[in-house]
Amino acid sequence: MADIRLEGLVKRYGKATVVHGIDLEIADGEFVVFVGPSGCGKSTTLRMIAGLEEISGGVLKIGDQVVNEYEPKQRNIAMVFQNYAIYPHMTVGQNIGFGLYTSDLPKAEKQKKIAEAGKILGLEDLLDRRPASLSGGQRQRVAIGRAMVRDPAAFLFDEPLSNLDAQLRSQMRIEIKRLHQRLGKTIVYVTHDQVEAMTMADRIVVMHEGRILQVGTPTELYEQPVDVFTARFIGSPSMNLLPARASDGAIIAGGAKIGGVPSRTGSGDLLVGVRPHDLLVGEASAQAAMALKGIVTVVEPLGSETLVHIEVDGAPAIATAPAKQVPAVGSTVDVWAAPGSLYLFDAPSGKSLGRL
Amino acid sequence: MTATVPSTEFKFNTSSIRPGRIIAWTVLFIGGVIMITPLLFMFSTSLKSAGQVYDLRLIPAAPSFDNYVKVLSDGRFMRWFFNSTFVAVAVTLSNVFFDSLVGYTLAKFQFRGRYFIFLAILSTLMIPTEMLVIPWYLMSAQLGWIDSYWGIMFPGMMTAFGTFLMKQFFETVPDDFLEAARVDGLNEFTIWWKVAMPLVTPALSALAIFTFLGNWTAFFWPLIVTNSRDLYTLPVGLSSFAVEQSIQWEMIMTGAAIATIPTLLVFLVLQRYIVRGVMLAGLKG
Repeated sequence: MADIRLEGLVKRYGKATVVHGIDLEIADGEFVVFVGPSGCGKSTTLRMIAGLEEISGGVLKIGDQVVNEYEPKQRNIAMVFQNYAIYPHMTVGQNIGFGLYTSDLPKAEKQKKIAEAGKILGLEDLLDRRPASLSGGQRQRVAIGRAMVRDPAAFLFDEPLSNLDAQLRSQMRIEIKRLHQRLGKTIVYVTHDQVEAMTMADRIVVMHEGRILQVGTPTELYEQPVDVFTARFIGSPSMNLLPARASDGAIIAGGAKIGGVPSRTGSGDLLVGVRPHDLLVGEASAQAAMALKGIVTVVEPLGSETLVHIEVDGAPAIATAPAKQVPAVGSTVDVWAAPGSLYLFDAPSGKSLGRL
Repeated sequence: MTATVPSTEFKFNTSSIRPGRIIAWTVLFIGGVIMITPLLFMFSTSLKSAGQVYDLRLIPAAPSFDNYVKVLSDGRFMRWFFNSTFVAVAVTLSNVFFDSLVGYTLAKFQFRGRYFIFLAILSTLMIPTEMLVIPWYLMSAQLGWIDSYWGIMFPGMMTAFGTFLMKQFFETVPDDFLEAARVDGLNEFTIWWKVAMPLVTPALSALAIFTFLGNWTAFFWPLIVTNSRDLYTLPVGLSSFAVEQSIQWEMIMTGAAIATIPTLLVFLVLQRYIVRGVMLAGLKG
């Protein structure tokens, strides 16, 4: 069993607390991604799970055992680092086999495991090569191979794709996902890239300033963000937020009136969120929940569609136009959003007030 | 229209010769001559007979290898050669091991007093050897190490400079390498030996070369701490030719010529490491 439980986990450096008592249950075989901006505590949490950082407070359980005081090796986990951490003075085969350095297995068995890992990762022809002659993607595969041969209860990945170019990153994403499906092991993966989190995770943990903001499946986080931070962090391009006010049972955003206001909204400063793909350039349909006018500032033709950067009543926003429609910069365009595509937030607290 | 054919005639481009370069080459040439002249005289004298020593021609009138045969068949010389080799190799191995172990600890472990210990080690660099000789001698006398290999070797078994050099290098080793090994279950000593040490080979080579050369040519301390001729190192032994046998220059030069062979070999084989080591450590060779 490799379920991992974090109960009030705290990390302090002197007087500074960087992880504020987080609770989380990771099921056996689950692929969980910690995501958040730099300094949010995600890597520190991962390192506490690995045993590379002392735990200042709380309880960490792997399986049924409290492992707070266990050495990394005793936790039976393997870790893949951002900088690969493969040894330049060893061949690919030796690097992969290094994971078995302390193992009591006979030499022949170790060689078999190295060959198996090499085969799974497409490295069988490179086992005698040195890391210097490998590409970034191949190096990362060697690092994964070294973790694999140990047959650990769980894998920990610390921003493993950050040093790769965009094309290689998307390829490695698929490979890691396939590996998870094949091995069925628990994976805890840290990244600051929300695309990685969305495409790979069974569940995403959004962290900010040492706290967990939200835990959920990628769809849950995309559809029901609990606050402005999560709403903006998940999804690309980021969600548009328009300042708004509630008055007389309606909401005024960008100079336009929005109907169907939830009763709990009350009155005061609000933010209306709409994802760029839901804010469409063109004549508003009769059922539109929101119709605005904006001045075009930048146009990004992407081939399949065009992203139109506009200014609505002084606030920046991004709308989507069909591929062939490229509005002129400086012109005024109509944009609209369908019912159900708007998100409402309380401006002072940033908390979600529901969908419109 | 006629096509112009590029001229194949070589033209010396005088504009590329800058005065600065001429001065630099001249200075280097003079420096080179000054450096190599004593060496050439050493080899030249080693090929001369006792009567020809003061004939200052560089190429001897009747060169002969008789002096080499005489020196190499002298049991004492071989003994001194062995002593120097043993001392230089043992001290080098000791420095490579202990300096890097301490350097690694200071570079990669967080503990109270770390900075103070480093400063304390570093501050010993400011004390000249001449000041340390008396305490070393008293210590050797108390421990019964006078006139022993231990006595010759102990002051250099670990050096502040080596510790400093290795600490600086270990700081450049990414922590990920060590942490990956930690997760794989290696103990700290094995991590140092198997992971960290191979990553600082250039520094280790530089340290080994400097330590070997320094100990091979060491004269002052071995002269003080040794009494019996059997324990002399080569420089001390060679100097005894001058004192006891009314300066046999041809013998001294022959011994010195043989003594330079290991130094030359070390330099020729490891030249690139020495150059890199000098650049990295920022010190004179």
